[in-house]
Amino acid sequence: MTLADTQPQALNFDCETGNYHTFCPISCVAWLYQKIEDSFFLVIGTKTCGYFLQNAMGVMIFAEPRYAMAELEEGDISAQLNDYEELKRLCQQIKRDRNPSVIVWIGTCTTEIIKMDLEGLAPKLEAEIGIPIVVARANGLDYAFTQGEDTVLAAMAARCPNQAPASETEKNERNAIQKLLHFGRQKEEVAAEESDYVEHPPLVLFGSLPDPVVTNLTLELKKQGIKISGWLPAKRFTELPVLQEGDYVCGVNPFLSRTATTLMRRRKCKLIGAPFPIGPDGTRAWIEKICSVFGIEPQGLAEREAQIWENLEDYIQLIRGKSVFFMGDNLLEVSLARFLIRCGMTVPEIGIPYMDKRYQAAELALLEKTCRDMGVPLPTIVEKPDNYNQVQRIYELQPDLVITGMAHANPLEARGINTKWSVEFTFAQIHGFTNARDVLELVTRPLRRNNSLKDLGWDKLVKETVNR
Amino acid sequence: MKLAYWMYAGPAHIGTLRIASSFKNVHAIMHAPLGDDYFNVMRSMLERERDFTPVTASIVDRNVLARGSQEKVVENITRKDQEEHPDLIVLTPTCTSSILQEDLQNFVERAQLEAKGDVMLADVNHYRVNELQAADRTLQQIVQFYIEKARKKGELPSTKTEQPSVNIIGMSTLGFHNNHDCTELKRLMQDLGVTVNAVIPEGATVHELKNLPRAWFNLVPYRELGMMAAQYLQSEFEMPYVDITPMGVVETARCLRAIQKVLNQQGAEVNYEPFIDEQTRFVSQAAWFSRSIDCQNLTGKKAVVFGDNTHAAAMTKILAREMGIRVVLAGTYCKYDADWFRQQVSEYCDEILISDDNAEIANAIARLEPAAIFGTQMERHVGKRLDIPCGVIASPIHIQNFPVGYRPFLGYEGANQIVDLVYNSFTLGMEDHLLEIFGGHDTKEVITKGVSADSDLNWNKEATAELNKIPGFVRGKVKRNTEKFARERGFNEITLEVMYAAKEAVGA
Repeated sequence: MTLADTQPQALNFDCETGNYHTFCPISCVAWLYQKIEDSFFLVIGTKTCGYFLQNAMGVMIFAEPRYAMAELEEGDISAQLNDYEELKRLCQQIKRDRNPSVIVWIGTCTTEIIKMDLEGLAPKLEAEIGIPIVVARANGLDYAFTQGEDTVLAAMAARCPNQAPASETEKNERNAIQKLLHFGRQKEEVAAEESDYVEHPPLVLFGSLPDPVVTNLTLELKKQGIKISGWLPAKRFTELPVLQEGDYVCGVNPFLSRTATTLMRRRKCKLIGAPFPIGPDGTRAWIEKICSVFGIEPQGLAEREAQIWENLEDYIQLIRGKSVFFMGDNLLEVSLARFLIRCGMTVPEIGIPYMDKRYQAAELALLEKTCRDMGVPLPTIVEKPDNYNQVQRIYELQPDLVITGMAHANPLEARGINTKWSVEFTFAQIHGFTNARDVLELVTRPLRRNNSLKDLGWDKLVKETVNR
Repeated sequence: MKLAYWMYAGPAHIGTLRIASSFKNVHAIMHAPLGDDYFNVMRSMLERERDFTPVTASIVDRNVLARGSQEKVVENITRKDQEEHPDLIVLTPTCTSSILQEDLQNFVERAQLEAKGDVMLADVNHYRVNELQAADRTLQQIVQFYIEKARKKGELPSTKTEQPSVNIIGMSTLGFHNNHDCTELKRLMQDLGVTVNAVIPEGATVHELKNLPRAWFNLVPYRELGMMAAQYLQSEFEMPYVDITPMGVVETARCLRAIQKVLNQQGAEVNYEPFIDEQTRFVSQAAWFSRSIDCQNLTGKKAVVFGDNTHAAAMTKILAREMGIRVVLAGTYCKYDADWFRQQVSEYCDEILISDDNAEIANAIARLEPAAIFGTQMERHVGKRLDIPCGVIASPIHIQNFPVGYRPFLGYEGANQIVDLVYNSFTLGMEDHLLEIFGGHDTKEVITKGVSADSDLNWNKEATAELNKIPGFVRGKVKRNTEKFARERGFNEITLEVMYAAKEAVGA
């Protein structure tokens, strides 16, 4: 089947067998333990989980990580050992050695299958040892890769306080961003700054981002007079934002649909459904949507976007008119594809593990609009893709770039197909105007590298028969 | 439950997958949840494999939990059979399928009715065995399967090869320097006038397996992988096996003498003594090294050795017996085979540690303060923390332990490589101490002056805080670029806005 020569009228959604490669969602502990500085993540699972974390996280594991495995043994599986007593013993050891402000239990496939009641055990143990215990079921039975963060943040949403702490000092303690911005300033300066903001209901953003990106997006909104009252997650568990009924929330990443649902249904917040701030087009649309909800006329956004595009021109020249195939493994695919289409690329297929059409509605609409604006065919969005079938389609389409997991990258390169490792997009800073260049740096790297090798005559490094 | 940060040997299914994907045209199907196919990433990255790893998963999801796998596993097997035409499909259980207790054997039998290739279920229990034991068992299982199949068809060859010949058993994918070791052993056999009848599992096809009994004997270079297959062949065909790891000059000689004995018992009348003497004294550099002044300087230096049984035992013997280094502690994580290890090393070291707890090993190293460590990647990192050099001699390993260049650990060339590894570890350690005594390289001052030219620009507090968040190794570059940008545009204070503007500008 050829996808390039058909021109569907609306986005075409497809669903395959779900036989694809992705990271296990427990991998979210690797970035979340770094983000939430006073946390400890305990993954309750088997050697398989531990082996994955150890190998996937490479060198990070040597830096005395604040995460560990509670490795289940045969006695745990056959219930010869008491779950509660075992978890109590381990959590007391963690309390003694690390004294964290929160212990996050990551439920795995095994705890699901043996039906270990983590949600039931946690409150009891929490009361007994005096440390909050948050339970997230980030398992491979239900979720893929970045959705792990979604399950953790959905669980954290329940822990956000519903009113601001009384004393001023405590308040200062709570808000990391404010503290950073006001660091070392005199009181009157702070007061003067309040007037920089427009009067609007509280806005809390959700999604874990590196601190520099948090500061960056905070500043972008400040330019429009919008104040961020808090961020889920904050730098410390003790600084989780206040959430009250009627507060506005907005997501920064496309894989946070459970968190969004929890914030709306449990915390009665209002969700601002916007495209995600990935690429200058996405960032502008994101800010505009937030502004429009608060009735603010955005200032200087068009110029700012144009300026960023101008600065990207040298990279865009490399990819304009080229095609990119997303095999799909981290749910960032739609946003990235939309940005790359705006850069002048064509996208025959967007593979994605899971598609929440409601949470991603604005992003999907922007994707459609972008395709029309650029005059390129709408891509097919393939949910739960089948990697074997995808590889056959890649052979047929011969795309200029395939964004894929490491399991397929080297074999495709050996067959003369340019690849970019998809996981890098999860760990690189890709949000906001400022980081648009970093996204293109990643996307163009294989093209730049292979450009310099192209005259050497060794594109295909496997014998032809192997292909079949 | 056990609190664990690190593990030395992987879960059982990794062992099975290593065997299956070492063979040519064998496909493994894991009965596993999404994300458990991490093996493919490891093989593709560490081995820099050009071909797709022949491992797929039959995904266990919510539906499977509710209703069982039903047709799913059978369909996945028959589909793979049609797509890739493998000779054999190995259905591989994981920790998840162990507790689901589905009748996988039944799925295999049903799939076999339709599939053109063979189908088998790997007989490994996740909660009882680790990666190494599972690999050993799976190899034996596949060998037995094809021997019995050939016997049933009457295709089992009944005669030995004319010339003395050997099967090399235990070379596998993701094994520590296995491909180099394999080349070295083949060369060694050629020098001895022994034909290599088969190498399994790496690069072999399952059709070759029926010819295994044609060899005069089996060579099992690694303690962890291949013993069960060798013992099976011994019990079925009275094939003798040699299980002495030819690592280090003395052990290589011992291995060759054992081969000589086995061949002579079958009427070969070979004498390898002149070959051993020539290699030891004049071809290999290891024996000469042990006599040289360099090595004299290592006398009595303290070392800790830790790894799998094969490499830790061989390394301990080399250090103690061939180099005069004092091994203060030798250890293994192969707890299931601890007696063998004790018996191998007890006369060559002060202390023995049998453990798979990384913290226990790290504490022992800290307590003993050796001059060098020979261990896995985990010990290398312990060494980094304690400022002790470490040579990596066993798995678990990282990508730098899959060198492109020729680096065997076995045979006479292997002995040379080990000399370099040991010597480089110790001299680096010495150099470090000398630097400390003399206050570092005298060029240091000059270099730092050039790099940290004081700036005339004023960084405000937010920008300074932001700058400090940037990882150290690029901070200098970001600082310089930002200042360059600010100077060109006439800013005299650097704020967050200036920082971002600099980042957004081309080339900054």
